[in-house]
Amino acid sequence: MNETNVMNAARHSPEEFLIATIARLLGGAGHVAVGALSPIPGCAALLARELGGGRPRVSIIHGDANNPFTDGGRELFDCAGQGRIDVFFLGGAQIDGGANINLVGAGGYPRPRKRFPGSFGSALMYFVVPKVILFAPEHSRRVLVKKVDFVSAPGTSPPEVRRPGGPTALVTGLCLMAFDAATKRFRLESVHPGHTVEEVRDNTGFDFDVPEDVPETPPPDADRLALLRTKIAAEIAKTYPDFAARVFGHVTIA
Amino acid sequence: MTSLEDLDQLAARVPDGALLALAPDYSWVPMAAVRALIRRRVKGLHLLAVPISGLAADMLIGAGCVGTLEAAAVSLGEAGPAPRFSDAVESGAIKMRDSTCPAIHTALQAAEKGVPFMPLGGLVGSDLVSHRDDWKVVDDPLGRGGGPIVLLPAIRPDVVMFHSPRADVHGNVWIGRRRELMTMAHAAKSTLVTVETVEDEDFLADDATAAGTLASLYVTAVAKAEGGAKPLGLAGYYERDLAHIRAYAKEAATAEGFKRYLAREVLGQPARAAS
Repeated sequence: MNETNVMNAARHSPEEFLIATIARLLGGAGHVAVGALSPIPGCAALLARELGGGRPRVSIIHGDANNPFTDGGRELFDCAGQGRIDVFFLGGAQIDGGANINLVGAGGYPRPRKRFPGSFGSALMYFVVPKVILFAPEHSRRVLVKKVDFVSAPGTSPPEVRRPGGPTALVTGLCLMAFDAATKRFRLESVHPGHTVEEVRDNTGFDFDVPEDVPETPPPDADRLALLRTKIAAEIAKTYPDFAARVFGHVTIA
Repeated sequence: MTSLEDLDQLAARVPDGALLALAPDYSWVPMAAVRALIRRRVKGLHLLAVPISGLAADMLIGAGCVGTLEAAAVSLGEAGPAPRFSDAVESGAIKMRDSTCPAIHTALQAAEKGVPFMPLGGLVGSDLVSHRDDWKVVDDPLGRGGGPIVLLPAIRPDVVMFHSPRADVHGNVWIGRRRELMTMAHAAKSTLVTVETVEDEDFLADDATAAGTLASLYVTAVAKAEGGAKPLGLAGYYERDLAHIRAYAKEAATAEGFKRYLAREVLGQPARAAS
């Protein structure tokens, strides 16, 4: 490896860092599904598949590449209901300390101050997929709120509700948190390099548990970065050509 | 018998106040027909997104064609939020019935089976349920310890519209892997289809095409509309024009900008049925 490559490998973009962080959460999964408009989780799933020698199976519900579904829009949800999907990703325009997510709007309902697109499939997927990873690149008090204005999908359910799935982790631009359904609380797992526990506290609208020692989230190593910029860039470009061009400089030849 | 019509005849088949179902922007949306509907000034539509929508819903809402919208989400995808949708919900200009993707699929499957309702997992504890007076949470009616479960009434659209690459001369329509279009057509009272070409073939004669074909049994009328999904894409035929959609998002950010877009791209254009 010449000097330029070493330099490139040591440096990474914020997107590459988040991809590597999410990919580490996917070890051991058999089937990871990725919803619409999720290029970073999509890359993470593809990276995990590459590192795992073909496991987990990855299904991307956006375009035809890496999309095994042939029974229409309902098949993803039916597949999840059957228990065939181990990991899924959800975002939230608002997420609160109980892992309730709001994709509908800020302010009142039905006439919110600020309307968001809508709940998508969250109100089923959050219940039936064993490991739902919440992804919120913007770590702010605007997103991570004390209490969501609208519950698109609840973080936890009473025992009489059939719920084999739910949230297990939250990945943001500042940190990684784990969610404990028993205590209904998040716990800080690691803080990304260049950031501090105080900064996480200052920018989070809800209480969360902080262990005595909070490690730094490890950056992607040179091998992973090289994979991302070659194989994964080419693969995700089939689904998200603009993202691949912007983040990896990958040019799709039509 | 399926009727072969022009685009304006097809648009005239959508009455004011109809429950109109459209698929997501990636699933063969009949944009030429949507523009024809706007030109004919359709009013008070109950628009059902199956289960999400984007440009089509945003334009119909902005043009004042929609009274009620039922959807799991409306967004322009990579081009950002759907501006006329957000504005109409924030101002109360349309009635919003928020749903979730699998609930819309399930309600259509109930109509497909001709049963009054279907159950769906999840949902319990979501504010979606408390704001829907037509959904009902019941205890497992079979008493097998399934816990509370949500019942969703069947949705039977008055009209389903989509754009396909090809129909045959018998009125059978190719849908390929876009099988939500199959469910929608089964559930609906009428199905209107625009196509790129009408071919002198019988798609049902060969297994390889029959499995991806919506039989004419379910097809009310077909109209030829070349490029009928543009500026959205038609997978395998042409790509969506993301630059156009991004420019739309910017221009339609204000009501005045949207009016400009409408005047230029829709009202100022002749029907393109014969092009």
